[in-house]
Amino acid sequence: MSNVSEAEVRAEVREWLAANWDPEMSLLEWRSKLADSGWGMPQWPKEWYGRGLPHALARVVEEEFANVGAVRAASSGVRLLAAATLLEHGSEEQKKKFLRRILTGEDTWCQFFSEPGSGSDLAGATTRADLKGDFWIVNGQKVWTTSAHHADHGLLLARTDWDAPKHEGLSYFVINLKQPGVDVQPLKQMNGHASFNQVFFTDAKVPKENLVGRVGEGWKVAITTLAHERRGVEAMSALPRSGSPKGRIYLEERAETQKANQPYTWYPQRAGRVDLIIDRAKETGANKDPYVRQEIARLMTLAKCAEWTARRARAAQQQGRPQGPEGSLGKLAASHVARGCARVHTLITGTDAMLTGRESPREGIIAEILVSVPAVSIAGGTDEIQRNIIAERVLDLPKEPRFDTGPFRNVRKN
Amino acid sequence: MNTSEESKVEARRRVQFAFTDEQEQFRSAIRRFLSDRSPTTEVRRLMATDEGYDPAVWRQMSEELALPGIHVPEQYGGAGFGIVELCIVTEELGRALLCAPYFSTAVLAANAILSAATDAQKSALLPAIANGTRVATLAVTESDGNWDPAGIKVVATPDSDGYCLDGVKSFVVDGHVADLLIVAARAPKTTGLAGLALFTIDANAAGVERRLLESMDPTRKIARIDFRGAHAQVLGSLDNGAEPILRTLDRAAIALANEMVGGAQTLLDSAVSYAKLRVQFGRAIGSFQAIKHKLADMLLDVELAKSAAYYAAQASAVDDPEWPAFASLAKAAASETYLHTAAECIQIHGGIGFTWDNDTHLWFKRAKSSEVFLGQPSYHRELLMQRWGV
Repeated sequence: MSNVSEAEVRAEVREWLAANWDPEMSLLEWRSKLADSGWGMPQWPKEWYGRGLPHALARVVEEEFANVGAVRAASSGVRLLAAATLLEHGSEEQKKKFLRRILTGEDTWCQFFSEPGSGSDLAGATTRADLKGDFWIVNGQKVWTTSAHHADHGLLLARTDWDAPKHEGLSYFVINLKQPGVDVQPLKQMNGHASFNQVFFTDAKVPKENLVGRVGEGWKVAITTLAHERRGVEAMSALPRSGSPKGRIYLEERAETQKANQPYTWYPQRAGRVDLIIDRAKETGANKDPYVRQEIARLMTLAKCAEWTARRARAAQQQGRPQGPEGSLGKLAASHVARGCARVHTLITGTDAMLTGRESPREGIIAEILVSVPAVSIAGGTDEIQRNIIAERVLDLPKEPRFDTGPFRNVRKN
Repeated sequence: MNTSEESKVEARRRVQFAFTDEQEQFRSAIRRFLSDRSPTTEVRRLMATDEGYDPAVWRQMSEELALPGIHVPEQYGGAGFGIVELCIVTEELGRALLCAPYFSTAVLAANAILSAATDAQKSALLPAIANGTRVATLAVTESDGNWDPAGIKVVATPDSDGYCLDGVKSFVVDGHVADLLIVAARAPKTTGLAGLALFTIDANAAGVERRLLESMDPTRKIARIDFRGAHAQVLGSLDNGAEPILRTLDRAAIALANEMVGGAQTLLDSAVSYAKLRVQFGRAIGSFQAIKHKLADMLLDVELAKSAAYYAAQASAVDDPEWPAFASLAKAAASETYLHTAAECIQIHGGIGFTWDNDTHLWFKRAKSSEVFLGQPSYHRELLMQRWGV
């Protein structure tokens, strides 16, 4: 594996693409070829639809795909988190059953971790799974689930032992969503969009063989999923493809992407749209107000500092140096930038900030910023949790005393 | 030149987001020197003197570490490095709160000479600055404390073989101990940025009267200087205009931003170790979220300000056209962070933090003097907006 050279990989993938790539194929037909050849996920093991290449060489494959404009294996949603978790903890049977259809895009996945009663404290899950015969019977509620309305399978964290301590009573399952005991409801957010679902389980069934890892080790498996989620956030961006995307397969791919992205059109607004600040100040004349100028400068300073801090973290990583504190600060910094943006957009917009939709500036974008920014300091770990992580892991400060030890049954819950 | 050499040159011209191994080693050497020669007992001893520094330590940092001329080209007796290395020095000096005429001599005076002087003047003036035998400073601001050179009132009137200076400069860092003064002054009957130029004058020349001011930050000495028909030479040419003055102040703002983030790091370290040590209600106070969240915020603040200070130095080093804007950005960011970190450090120390015996106030006062030195954050934010064309 590791003795393969870059030139060899490049030559091999080129030859394979020349013989196989055809944009008039259907998406499923092409991705089946990818799964069977291993070129769809070259960094995966050879026995599981990959070629066992190190990440640097997988990048080479990606470059060659981009050069001819070839479509990649399916990657939207949490499918790759599911795959990574199964590759690490799944049984042979599970890998055989699920991995291929993840890559071809035939199956869509979602993740059942957060609950109404456990947000920051994920391990406090109270959705239960009880073994009855050959099935685990699931009851409870999950929330903030992406794509649940069109997903086939879910990664489920559920409590299987109420007498064990909190982290030791959880187990990890793959649950099929297409069954009567699973009720998926959209969750409407304060900004009017419904990007997530809440999901109710009433005697939903999970066959015994869908337990991932061992009973009581669900938290360990969930940590794998979460680690890949964090790594995915930092992952390399897709390379731009060359050539004109003409052919049946591109139409199908575009439809797939649109379906996946449709609920998240507001995400750029959530981050505050710092890119609009100076143009807006000029177009409204707010740039003539000395107070507003100060506030804009303050915000732009913060935004630049956050951007450069992320660049420092990446540069240290590329040089192979131990990561400094700058690596743990990005999320908290982004939160400050977003809030600062909401404040300064309001200063610039003035009374028009009372309007929304097409009545409001920039076709509603400004209004959408103002009602979307509060998500940033919550989603993916609240600011307060971030501060705990920074204080305890980076500054090495002592932990708070805990009140959730001992049998989970006795721990205070919502 | 082959392609790989070209790409190396290209890489050098781009802003770098990490220090090189050599730069890290340089930093370690300075840090070792300062932990040996500038412990707080020495800072306290020197800040109580009028002179404000130890000539033996100054000689050592010049001769052994070549610090005053670190950014001065070798042809003028310097070490031939650039502003990034200069800023590594100021960051470390800020961290240790070294009492020495470094900012005045190396940052202000040397950069003024490098920006404005003729080749002959550089050859005449820089070697003595680089080897530490001559302390020098730059006088821009006057009694009104305005850092905008457009407000300069000191007048330089041509005389037989040079110029005659009249007026008052104030807030001149190390002005009381400097051997050489570089003075920003204007031609008679000019206003604004027109007619400005830099002049050199021996600090002990006739018509120059210096008075040490009582400064709130005793580790940064400042003087008022009266010029009454004092005889000076123009630095470079009158045609240079205000540009060298502005760019010298911008480079100084970058060096000061780096000094400030160094000081802020000391305060953060001090607050963190005290929070681990101090016990109240039966637990280390650092285990309370009220304290640990404050410390996490302080860390974020300090790292953000470092990014600005480092970026501005790098941008100036590669002559990015936006670098003067980034100088103002870094000065504003670091000023607020330093003072805020100092105030929070006192807060985390509680009562002991407000005492003279606790060292926190030494850095607090440096943070306060640095906040307004070279212009307040609000002044630099406005400059940033202007420089960005908003």
